[in-house]
Amino acid sequence: MNWQAALDSGRSATAEPTSGWTTALEAATREVFEVMLGIPLHAVSDAEPPLVADLTVMVGLSGQLRGVLSLHCTAESACLWVSRMLGTEQTEFGQNVRDGIGEVANMVVGSFKRKLPPGVDDNCMISTPTVISGSDYHLHALSGGEHVEVSMGFAGAPLWVTLDLRR
Amino acid sequence: MKNVLIVDDSSVMRKIIERCLRQAGMNLSKVHEANDGYEGLSVLQENAVDLILCDINMPTMDGLEFLQALATSEEARRIPVVMITTEGSEDRVYEALSNGARGYIRKPFTAEQLKEQVAPLLEA
Repeated sequence: MNWQAALDSGRSATAEPTSGWTTALEAATREVFEVMLGIPLHAVSDAEPPLVADLTVMVGLSGQLRGVLSLHCTAESACLWVSRMLGTEQTEFGQNVRDGIGEVANMVVGSFKRKLPPGVDDNCMISTPTVISGSDYHLHALSGGEHVEVSMGFAGAPLWVTLDLRR
Repeated sequence: MKNVLIVDDSSVMRKIIERCLRQAGMNLSKVHEANDGYEGLSVLQENAVDLILCDINMPTMDGLEFLQALATSEEARRIPVVMITTEGSEDRVYEALSNGARGYIRKPFTAEQLKEQVAPLLEA
């Protein structure tokens, strides 16, 4: 008998929120933006995560749920969001904006974890955020894993949140 | 007028917390900042503080270790500590409260949620 396959199957089945991955991810993202920035996100139709983004923030998940949650946006959007959070205009993609966008991703993961079935949150750890910026990089999803993405917008600035889970 | 210490490894989050406290009408004299638990202990050696707001996940000395360090000092253990963190699991909340935290706020939070937890502790 293939024990590992059975264990992995069981782990994924118990970790998935009752509302499904996509709904939970979208709800978590909306919650963070509405509470911390004060403006609801709107749906973006036919938006695809860009292969090359200005900015990607990654937060790792380990334990009962293993994978990476990533937030993708433009540097301009990041400046806008952090300006809203701090109440002071951020015109440059500097330390404040990098720190702030990392916190946004961190809070999205925290909110997402709380939407998981009872007990899973306690057994799921998160890493510190990593911010990647530039114009020449590619992100590759885990092979054989599950990929979930949601696209939304805030004040005309799009964002994409992706979740790559290892089975 | 009260003195507050904010311990969080994100400088932006420290500024957001201070902004929320002031938005909520808290009467603050001085807001001290620390990047982790060790820095927080250094601030407390030099300054009188009425309330501490503290993250859990931080480098070097995390929020729970910071609570344990405070408990070893007769004077420091009297300062109320409210945890502000993305870690919202029941285990973490229990661990923080059993180590002496007086409140627990999950990020994201509003100024009103912050006020609800903080105001009674500053008025006491």
